[in-house]
Order: sequence, then structure tokens, then C-alpha cells
Amino acid sequence: MSDLRELYQEMILDHGRAPRNLRAIEDADHTAEGFNPLCGDRVKLYLRVAGGVVVDAGFEGSGCAISTASASMLTEVVVGKRVEEVDELRRRFRGLVTGEVRDASRLEELGKLAVFSGVCAFPNRIKCASLVWHALESALHSEAGAAPAVSTE
Amino acid sequence: MNTRSPGTTTRSDSIERSSPEALDVQSLRREFPILAQSIQGRPLVYLDNGATTQKPQVVIDSLVEYYTTLNANIHRGVHSLSQRATEAYEGARTKVAGLLGASAAEIVFVRGTTEAINLVAWSFVRPLLAAGDEIVVTAMEHHSNIVPWQLLCEETGAVLRPVPFDDRGELDLDAYVRLLGPRTKFVSIVHVSNALGTVNPVEEMVALARARGVATLVDGAQAAAHQRVDVALIDCDFYAVSGHKMYGPTGIGALYGKQDRLAGMRPYQGGGEMIASVSFEKTTYNRVPHLFEAGTPNIAGAIGFGTAVDWIERVGIERIAAHEHDLLAYATDRVAGLPGIRLIGTAARKAGILSFTVEGAHPHDVGTILDREGVAVRAGHHCAQPVMDRFGIPATVRASFAAYNTRQEVDALVDALEKVREIFG
Repeated sequence: MSDLRELYQEMILDHGRAPRNLRAIEDADHTAEGFNPLCGDRVKLYLRVAGGVVVDAGFEGSGCAISTASASMLTEVVVGKRVEEVDELRRRFRGLVTGEVRDASRLEELGKLAVFSGVCAFPNRIKCASLVWHALESALHSEAGAAPAVSTE
Repeated sequence: MNTRSPGTTTRSDSIERSSPEALDVQSLRREFPILAQSIQGRPLVYLDNGATTQKPQVVIDSLVEYYTTLNANIHRGVHSLSQRATEAYEGARTKVAGLLGASAAEIVFVRGTTEAINLVAWSFVRPLLAAGDEIVVTAMEHHSNIVPWQLLCEETGAVLRPVPFDDRGELDLDAYVRLLGPRTKFVSIVHVSNALGTVNPVEEMVALARARGVATLVDGAQAAAHQRVDVALIDCDFYAVSGHKMYGPTGIGALYGKQDRLAGMRPYQGGGEMIASVSFEKTTYNRVPHLFEAGTPNIAGAIGFGTAVDWIERVGIERIAAHEHDLLAYATDRVAGLPGIRLIGTAARKAGILSFTVEGAHPHDVGTILDREGVAVRAGHHCAQPVMDRFGIPATVRASFAAYNTRQEVDALVDALEKVREIFG
């Protein structure tokens, strides 16, 4: 049970139940879709970037608690950050959920995203946590309007 | 035609249930070495039999035995080993035929149900089709009984027409009759739905198609190890099964085809084994069923499949059916009694499959928590996305039963679902 509690931390359950920024952004200048064909999780991410800084983020989609919470928390943490900072955060998040980042000081750098540290004990759930982050990469670094749907398969 | 109406208990059913010779499940479980292991420190509770069943020791042994004492290519060597391997392979064909009520010449070995359906699509149905023709399936098909037909439709301009079903997961037979029209060239329907557990009235549906001169295929992947299947009684033109869902190895299955149907079909794949003679001027083909088994087949798999069929017959398919029926009724009662459960698929006639959702918890999360309790279920769309769409859900949790499952395992499932409520409640 303990590793389940580690996976389903209160903050994850909270964001899973009541996701923040669950909305399309009409004038988004960066969007991308993510799809996990294994479990049917879908996410569409909307970003607005001004002067190299993410100024608004929202998402639509349906999925499990892990993927929903991951998308919800992503939209909270990226706002106000420069694109390069977001990229760095994305790399750190990946290290976290794959289990490469373990030590406390580096966990601290991730702020509240550290609640996803339990995911690495569940290899078949890593894709749930990382789906929206793949979409983030696609949204920020593909040609505007040409971002293909990313798939975790 | 079988006129059994949904929900009625036939005499044989009631005899089975009151039979003193109920399954000795505990001794039967000992035949499955994999069931003795622990998962996450708990005894494995394997309730994902709709995906694949576990294998009894005799089946595992038959594979080892084949490679240890019998391995040779078949139908060509003059040496003793080849002769014995051929006899074992053809013996397996006879066993599979026996289980389905067919003759050996009507059984084609394939990789599984998916390949069987593709074979019929390309070798039998494709030459019948012109633009505007129609193929009828049900709205509860597995993707493997949708996509092969869509491929044909793309190529020919034919149209796929699904028979709808109601909120319980029962087909609308009036709609089916209306769909059978002058352009209907083929009917391909699932016997037991893998997502809902519905046992469809295939005898009646085949008869309705036959009365209009339309040939039929029945997808028996979820049926053949769970109830007596008699292809002569169903009277379908084709019936498809997978060995690995019947206590046999993966990579082997069978297509039953009526002899006159198989005889009129063009080859599926070309190669060795399926020919009588080859020259650059003219190649003549082997007779059926070998015509449809190009290349060296899965000899060990077929022999293992034959052993699995022996095992099913020894245990008794009617007894397995009665046992699973009892388990399903018990599981339905217990799971439906939990708060926040929505059963998906509540047809009057069901077999071995309990699909449901848990309020406030995504099936994928439920699957993870159940796994931590040692309970293996399927969580997902079950390769039947149109079924999920029909109910407006992305996925379900599915428990599916086999001969070796017990009421205690159902209790373990229910206890694990309580854990889901502790976390998500």
C-alpha cells in the first residue's frame, strides 16, 4: 500500500479530481495534442507565449488521475517562465518520473512537481505522467499550426 | 435453427448446475504452474483470461516434448521424424475439429482469430465485392473484426454496416434484419463480446443471413473455451478461434470453413506447402486446408493447441461453462453491491466477462491499484473503442474468468476494489 500512497499523493488526487486550467485558450499561439493509445488518454495543450515567456496555459482532455494531474500541474508551473526554463523543467520532470533523479536537492528544484516521484516505481504509468510534457515539447518546438499529435506508443 | 430466447435457462444448463460432478477447481489449479506464484507479495489472482488464458502443464510439456523428440518439417520428409511430426500436426487438426463439431478438412491452422478473419476477408469476401456492396458486423466487434473489413471497403468502395445494441449490450435484431439488404455480401459477427460478455444469438443471426443467401463468419475468440461450440448447429460458413485463449500456446488458432466454401476460395498467401507443383509456366495448388497454410506452419503451436483441446475435453467444456457461469453470477452480485460501480454489459445471456467502471476512479488507476493487490485485470478499451463510445466512457475495468478461477478470487477482487475506494473515495 505504501508505494500506492507514494504514487497517489494527495496533491495528485486533488488535481486529478479538480484539474486547474481545464480550458481551451482561444488565442493560443502554441498547441499540441498527445494521445496514449494503450489506455486512451488524450490531452490537448494550449499555450500563449509573449516575449519568450509563457503567459497562459490550459488543456483539454480525458485520462487517468496521473495524466490529468500532470497536465493540470504543468499548466500551473509553466506560466511566467521563459521557454528555456520550461525546457529545463521538462528535462528534470522526465528525470523524475523515470527514476533518474532521486536526491533531495534536485527534487527540490522541481518544486511541487516532486509529488510525481512515486511514478517511477510503476513503469507502466510513466507514460501517463509524461504524456502532456511530450505535448509541451511539441507545442513549443514544432512549426506553429503544424505540431503533429504526439503519441506515447 | 436454435430458438432459445435470451434469458431462458435450457434444460442442459440446469442439469449442469445441479450436476454432482462439479469441477474440482483446487486440483485443477495445480495443473497450472503459473498460478502458484506471488505478485507484489500476494498470491496471483489472474482475472485477465479474456486477453489470454494460462497454460496447463500438459500443454507446456507438449511443446518441450515436440522440440525434444519430434522436431522436423512436415508433409515433405521421407524420414521417420518428419512422418511422426506430420502425424502429430494432423492429429492436432483432428482434435480441434472434434471440439468444434467439424471435420479435419474444414480446419485451417492460422496464427489466431485475427488472421482467420483476414484470410476470409481477402480470399472469400474480396472477390464478391463491388462499390456500394455491404458487409454487416455488429457494433460490439473487437477491432480485429472491424479493421479487415474497413481495408476491403477502402479498396472496393463497399460499405461496413454495424448492427446497434441497447444499453444492456444486447443486439437489436430488428435492426439487423433491416440491415440485411440486396447489397449485403457478407455477415461477420462476434459470438461472445470481449468487452461486454454478451452471448449473441448467432444461430438465429446466421439463419437470417442464410435465408437471404448471405455467407457468415462467427468470431469465436471469447466463446470456444467457455461453452460448447458446434459449428454444424450454428450453421455458419466460417468460425474463428485463437489457441491462446483456450489454454493453448500463442501464435496458433483455427479457421473453420465449410468444405464447399473453402474449396471455392482463392489462396491467401503463396509459398511452399500450399502448392501441388510449381513451374514458371503454371503452378497448381494443394488441396484444402493445406492450400491456406503457406510456408512451414507453427507445428509446435498446433500440437500444443491440440493438447489444450484434449485438456478442455478431459475437464469437460460443459462443466467449465457451468463453473464460469456460477463465478460470473457471484462476481456480478458482489461487485455490483459496491458503491459507485457501474456494470457495462448486463445482457441476459453472458459468458465469463464482468466489465465495469468505478465512480471517481479512471480504469487505468483501478488497474494499478488492483495489480498492487495481486489481482490481474484488464483496464482499457479492450480493442473495442466503438463499444466504449456507445456507453460514453473511455475505458472499463474487465475481470474475465476461466476454469481455474474461484469464488475466493472474486472476493480478492472485491477487497482490492475496496482499496480503490480508500484511495479515491
